[in-house]
Amino acid sequence: MLNITWFVLVAIIFVGYFFLEGFDYGVGMLLPFMGRSDRERRIVLTTIGPFWDGNEVWLIAAGGAIFAAFPQWYASMLSGFYLAIFLLLGGLILRGVAIEFRSRVEGLRWRRWWDAMFFIGSLLPPLIWGVALANLVKGIPINAQGNYVGTFLGLINPFAIVGGLTVVTVFVFHGASFLMLRTSGELYHRAKRAAFTMAPVVVGIFFVFIVMMYYETDVVRRLGLDPGPIPLLAWLSVIGTWAFVRRGHDKWAFISSGLAIMLGTVSMFLAMFPDVMISSLNSHWNLTIYNAASNPYSLQVMSIMAAVMLPIIVAYQAWSYWIFRRRLTDDTKLEY
Amino acid sequence: MITPVFLNFHCVVFLLAHNYEPVTAYFLRGDVTMTAVGLARLQFGGTLLFHFLFVPLTIGMGILIAVLETFYVRTKAEEYKVAVKFWMKIYLVNFAVGVVTGIIQEFQFGTNWSQFSRFVGDIFGAPLAIEVLMAFFLESTFLGIWIYGWDYLSPRLHLLSVWLTSIASVISAFWILTANSFMQEPVGYMVRHGRAEMVNFFALLGNPQLWLEFPHTVFGAMALSSFFMASVSAYHLIRHTNDAVFDPSYRLAMTSALIFSVLVFVLGHEQAQHLITAQPMKMAASEALWHTSPLHAPWTVIGWINVARHATPFVIQIPDLLSILAYNRFTGRVLGITELNHLYQKKFGMASYIPPVNPTFWSFRIMIFVGTAMMLIAMVGTYMMAKKVRPRWFLVLTEWTLILPYMATTSGWLMTEVGRQPWIVFGLMFTAKANSPLVSLTELWTTVIAFGLVYLSVGAAAVYLFVHIIHAGPQTEEGQEARPKPQESLFVTGQERHARGQDPIGGEWH
Repeated sequence: MLNITWFVLVAIIFVGYFFLEGFDYGVGMLLPFMGRSDRERRIVLTTIGPFWDGNEVWLIAAGGAIFAAFPQWYASMLSGFYLAIFLLLGGLILRGVAIEFRSRVEGLRWRRWWDAMFFIGSLLPPLIWGVALANLVKGIPINAQGNYVGTFLGLINPFAIVGGLTVVTVFVFHGASFLMLRTSGELYHRAKRAAFTMAPVVVGIFFVFIVMMYYETDVVRRLGLDPGPIPLLAWLSVIGTWAFVRRGHDKWAFISSGLAIMLGTVSMFLAMFPDVMISSLNSHWNLTIYNAASNPYSLQVMSIMAAVMLPIIVAYQAWSYWIFRRRLTDDTKLEY
Repeated sequence: MITPVFLNFHCVVFLLAHNYEPVTAYFLRGDVTMTAVGLARLQFGGTLLFHFLFVPLTIGMGILIAVLETFYVRTKAEEYKVAVKFWMKIYLVNFAVGVVTGIIQEFQFGTNWSQFSRFVGDIFGAPLAIEVLMAFFLESTFLGIWIYGWDYLSPRLHLLSVWLTSIASVISAFWILTANSFMQEPVGYMVRHGRAEMVNFFALLGNPQLWLEFPHTVFGAMALSSFFMASVSAYHLIRHTNDAVFDPSYRLAMTSALIFSVLVFVLGHEQAQHLITAQPMKMAASEALWHTSPLHAPWTVIGWINVARHATPFVIQIPDLLSILAYNRFTGRVLGITELNHLYQKKFGMASYIPPVNPTFWSFRIMIFVGTAMMLIAMVGTYMMAKKVRPRWFLVLTEWTLILPYMATTSGWLMTEVGRQPWIVFGLMFTAKANSPLVSLTELWTTVIAFGLVYLSVGAAAVYLFVHIIHAGPQTEEGQEARPKPQESLFVTGQERHARGQDPIGGEWH
């Protein structure tokens, strides 16, 4: 029971991470296209400025939760995806310092350089998560000790590439719908245009990914909980977002693109359950929520902590969004 | 200001190159058969030390800024706000690098030390996860509110946000040091199913090592930040750029430098005494004490160590001081390396339990000498403050003290972590058996080199920004708005140039 609770908690934290950092990464990838003058770029960065750091903590929380609750999973996943994880971390470094450093010096070359770094740093994480998640549900070659015996290139297969592209495009789309909530005037229209351009692409790639997922993870699906129609619902939310953008319902568009991310994440976790690492070599070597977990006492301690802290965290994060709910305009005084 | 800041980084690199054994093994002794464990250690130690160049300033400066903002809210004097906004810029640049390297730190347990993660994850993962839940979320969320909230919140709420941010970083230190203390002195566990399982969470919290290591680290962070603030203030006070702003900062920083350099010293002493019983080998190595000392144990000020012969042929010693340091009395034996090694061999099996003696010995020396110097300077500084004098030579000296606390914190970690070797978790697991078994040397080299370069360039950019911000000095509200804007036109693309301000496609979907 505790094991299932923690699997659900990890899934919830990932949902939080992808939902929140999803639009941060999206805004980062849109930055070079949205902000054409320096002031515009500063506005675009300010849309996520107060939030991105708090959002990124959801990733650290996911890492911490897996480490504490499923140490075997943590060890196998991170050492198995070794180079991919370092690429992800490299992206996070670039992103984190770029947004802080870029406006501290007036020079144009300095700012363009860090804008480029911010773009790369925002592109790498979703790409790698897409590839990683696709491989996770599909299964990777891990041995009886839970160690990955494949190569880095072994992680790159058609399903994984489509997975990577799906996450990237969905996040760009999500980012555009977030920008539509936070900006006004010209930037608002540009964000809208971006969302509109991205919509058919997202709908297409997402659909391909879902079809491949039903196909590629067929065996796995019968072992675990059937994700059933949830991936399709995620896909419908993308279409919904498209419709809301067209109708000019900004809030609903954002909620809907967020819903697509949530449902997409949930279906990945359902596809894995009760496994957390699927061995493509021998299903007896799979790491499950039982054989990868910490002992019940440890899980109990962590459950109490999570039950107390998570609601508080959600409350104050929501409050921070409430404080900065006003749209940014040309007259807004920028801190950066 | 450039020289102290840059010299500072040189000193740290020097310490790393001379006192971090994976580095010395490879580069100084030409030991080219770098093993996977060696590389993993090089990478982890490098990340840790780089990370910890930024962490103490985040912890300490946050609190000092919170104090300054408290003054502002109570007095409504504009100078304090200007000061807060100035220090905030340095704080934020520093914070950014601290955060991104911290993330790497967390994930490296899994990527590079998977056997370690499997073995201790049950008990070691918990404090890390709690750190995220109790500290990181709080810190990051309220940092965002603090930076952007000047015009959105009442002064009191704004003040609350900076206090929450700073307190959160102290809480974060507590939990990460809970994890580290477990590696130094494992408690609250039981080895079952081939791994260390948590059986008592409160034992983990009550770890005696934690209650020395945590205050020592936080006081050290406070001392470092106080000297940083004093040093930068001194730079501006010499040049009289804005005395109204830097005078209060200088006085606050000097006072707190005195308080915390004394406290960190006291706690360091307590910690060393605790080592005598908890990790005697680390103590013996940091004293280069090859054989158990006589009843009146002398303290070695400096010494020339011959590791191959297990001897320290040349020493300058102060009689009885080691006994005093160890037991607060004139007599008392301290166990030596050779004797401890025999003891451990009986207890844990045949192996060498001797940590790299040179690095441990010298890092301990540097930490003590530098710590003493910091304490003396802070004493003179506060004495002069009380006498209401501030000679130029002392301000110049203060400017240069910036280097000292960084050397002390780096040396402190080198001593703690190198001195624990060959253990990764004392008495439970060898470092050599903790790394990821199937991560190849190629992969390790790739990430060691790539991230080495990333750290160097990010570090260089951060130093450049520190100097840039410090030179520019504080800006008033009007000054900030009036600063020159970069030429905007260069950002404009061809497509945009004709459509600027009147996006023709924009309104289409209404």
